[in-house]
Amino acid sequence: MAKNSLGREIPETFNGKSYIPYTDPHSIKPETFHFQRASRVLKRNYSGAGKVVGSLREAIVASGLKDGMTISTHHHLRNGDRLLNDLVKEIDALGLRDIKIASSSVHIVHAELIPYIRKGVITALECGVNGPIGEQISRGELECPIVVRSHGGRARSVISGEVPIDVAFLAAPYCDEYGNFNGFYGPSACGSLGYALVDAQYARKVVAVTDNLVPFPALPISVAQNIVDIVATVDSLGDPKKIVSSTTKLTKDPMGLQIAKYAATVIDASGYLKNGFSFQTGTGGISLAVAGHVRDMMRARKIKGSFGCGGITGFFVDMLDEGLFEGLFDVQCFDLKAVESIGRNRKHQEMSAGLYANPFNMGAVVNRLDCAILSATEIDVNFNVNVNTESSGLLLHNTGGHCDVANGAKVSIIVCPSIRGRLPMVRDEVTTITTPGETVGVVVTERGIAVNDHLPALKAELIRRRVPVKDIRQLRDEIYAVTGAPKPVEFTDKVVGLIEYLDGTIIDTVRTIRD
Amino acid sequence: MADSQLRRTLLFVPGNMPSMLQNVPLFKCDSVIIDLEDAVNHAEKDAARNLVRRFLESWKERDKEVLVRINPLYTKWGRDDLKAILPQMPDAIRFPMCETAEMALELDAELGKYESANGLEAGHFGILPSIETVKSVLNAYAIATSTKRIFGLAFGAEDYTASMGIARTNAGEDLIHPRMMVVMAAKAAGLQAIDSIFSDINDMEALRKETELVKRLGYTGKCLVNPRQIDIIHEVFAPKQEEIDYAQEVVEAIKQAQEMGTGVISLRGKMVDAPIVKRAIGTLRIAYAQGLVDTPVDEEILNG
Repeated sequence: MAKNSLGREIPETFNGKSYIPYTDPHSIKPETFHFQRASRVLKRNYSGAGKVVGSLREAIVASGLKDGMTISTHHHLRNGDRLLNDLVKEIDALGLRDIKIASSSVHIVHAELIPYIRKGVITALECGVNGPIGEQISRGELECPIVVRSHGGRARSVISGEVPIDVAFLAAPYCDEYGNFNGFYGPSACGSLGYALVDAQYARKVVAVTDNLVPFPALPISVAQNIVDIVATVDSLGDPKKIVSSTTKLTKDPMGLQIAKYAATVIDASGYLKNGFSFQTGTGGISLAVAGHVRDMMRARKIKGSFGCGGITGFFVDMLDEGLFEGLFDVQCFDLKAVESIGRNRKHQEMSAGLYANPFNMGAVVNRLDCAILSATEIDVNFNVNVNTESSGLLLHNTGGHCDVANGAKVSIIVCPSIRGRLPMVRDEVTTITTPGETVGVVVTERGIAVNDHLPALKAELIRRRVPVKDIRQLRDEIYAVTGAPKPVEFTDKVVGLIEYLDGTIIDTVRTIRD
Repeated sequence: MADSQLRRTLLFVPGNMPSMLQNVPLFKCDSVIIDLEDAVNHAEKDAARNLVRRFLESWKERDKEVLVRINPLYTKWGRDDLKAILPQMPDAIRFPMCETAEMALELDAELGKYESANGLEAGHFGILPSIETVKSVLNAYAIATSTKRIFGLAFGAEDYTASMGIARTNAGEDLIHPRMMVVMAAKAAGLQAIDSIFSDINDMEALRKETELVKRLGYTGKCLVNPRQIDIIHEVFAPKQEEIDYAQEVVEAIKQAQEMGTGVISLRGKMVDAPIVKRAIGTLRIAYAQGLVDTPVDEEILNG
């Protein structure tokens, strides 16, 4: 065990691989790891014949998947995804074992994988998870080493070959027989294929899986025929209605609205809200309410923004259509309005996870962000943020782009109610560090606003505007006065997962909880 | 008791809802009215009273005016409400169904008794009577002038329309006459006039229109039932930039006058005297509360 710079104990090796403890947000370079770029064998296909096989099973066989290999899928259909579950069933039926999953994310719907993990079909998760799999792993009820990565971190690990993907099975909602595809149209349209674009480029074998084979050529092309090995047809990829990740309505909760109003004041006070403004916000009632304020201010002051970014919602689409932004960078569509927009509007740009947030290249889009709204399950007095575990200690959420965006944006704003249930959300220590406090600008709760030391001008401006700026320790004390100080969750020494920072260093671990 | 307290928004919070009470310190209204009356059903009166008492006990650093709406003294709960609540030192009692000056005097006497028994200054607790029946509208001026504790009249449209046997509409033309009666009685007595709640919490445009209307009539504040309504009411009561500019000029002018040893000065060819200064200070006080000016107005200049 070694301590990283945030004081967290990190094992030297995990599941047979060695890792480097986290040091700081910016100094780690690709050379630190001696990785270059994932290599892919050069191939020659002089045939113009289609690449279609009639089932997933045939595709698995044709791909040459063997025991011990790593597969991936994308999560653009989110909780409506059917492919990963069907795939693992077929892999099991073929008698394959010791398969590692390096999908872009795993959702609640994938709880169906649990029996296959127990059976030894799946033996590791090279990606974060949402829901029951993580819960059972953190309870010690399920054995499956897990490395949680952010969207940018995952792109880095695939591009650099740290996580070599043997076969990528990519859901392809609009696909032709020679392997060109996009996600814009068809019964399973999910819009942007941002995560899949990385796998398509760097996996050793690429299988496009479609329920909507269209006449050649499938245009416009997101993933092109020259990098696709096999096209597999299936009945259905899943249910796109379930891609809506959380609420799409503005909150009506007075405390949520108060948080949104303060967050909007922070954005206004930051000085970036002028022509050329760039902004990212997620889903959820508070984030959308912040977006509502931002839209109103941009309208009233006739501001033309540069770009909106991230997972894209219908709210951003409306702002684009209204001319409030020059364009949108879309790594994933959060609702069907966004799906519809990306298929018709060239200013609604599909963006790969590498372009979005990979730290090891000549500049990710997150680097160009002015302000970003992010959430939290917990925040500590050093501004460290947890989004992976809850105060119960259970691993329930994937990182998403959280630490990537905080690292890149000029002002990252965490919005969070001060109390959830009866638990304080600003506390002495977070259960798990996802995002280091050094990269967090402002914490906004309904009880007050804490500004990190690296933004003194913003702090002064907020004080001038007489919003309740508080030292983060004072904020904690006020919350503890209501809730009491929380008793820490008790963990065993058994490390069952790693939380990887976007640069590949390890920022924290997940241990099993003690009952 | 014509005071200068800013009361644009008086938020009702049910006394039987811990989740709402817990957030009282966080709401950005000018005053909060914790309700033991209509929001609390008969079976919960005792529990709510205890909850409110404990809440006020725990709320040490109060940042806004606190009123408690007790049950009328003619009910079996009214006096018990006072007994439980007064030791927690609310600023005032919101007095429902106050139809006559005698009723106001009855509460005045109760408060006076408590004050003298506990060594408090006489008149410590204020009264905000609800003018919410036809009878109370007709008696508004007598109520307003009955005791010095009364700092304002609060029109209550819901009970008023019930007492008239009519339905309340969002347009509100049915309420013009009582609203005028109440604001006139208040102004004649030198008190603040505070308008009724607007109960349709999803119609923010109608809320804005109604608030604009009552502002034109002379009301200086409004009661409300949902914190989401606070911002709109504050926006309506916010002075316009030219009003702020003029108020600042008035204050500067009167400061100069005082340095010159006079109480009167002319500005833009018009005489500036005490009432104009008073209004300017009122404007700047609201502007400051609204964040439209950076420094609070020096109210001492009124005493120049």
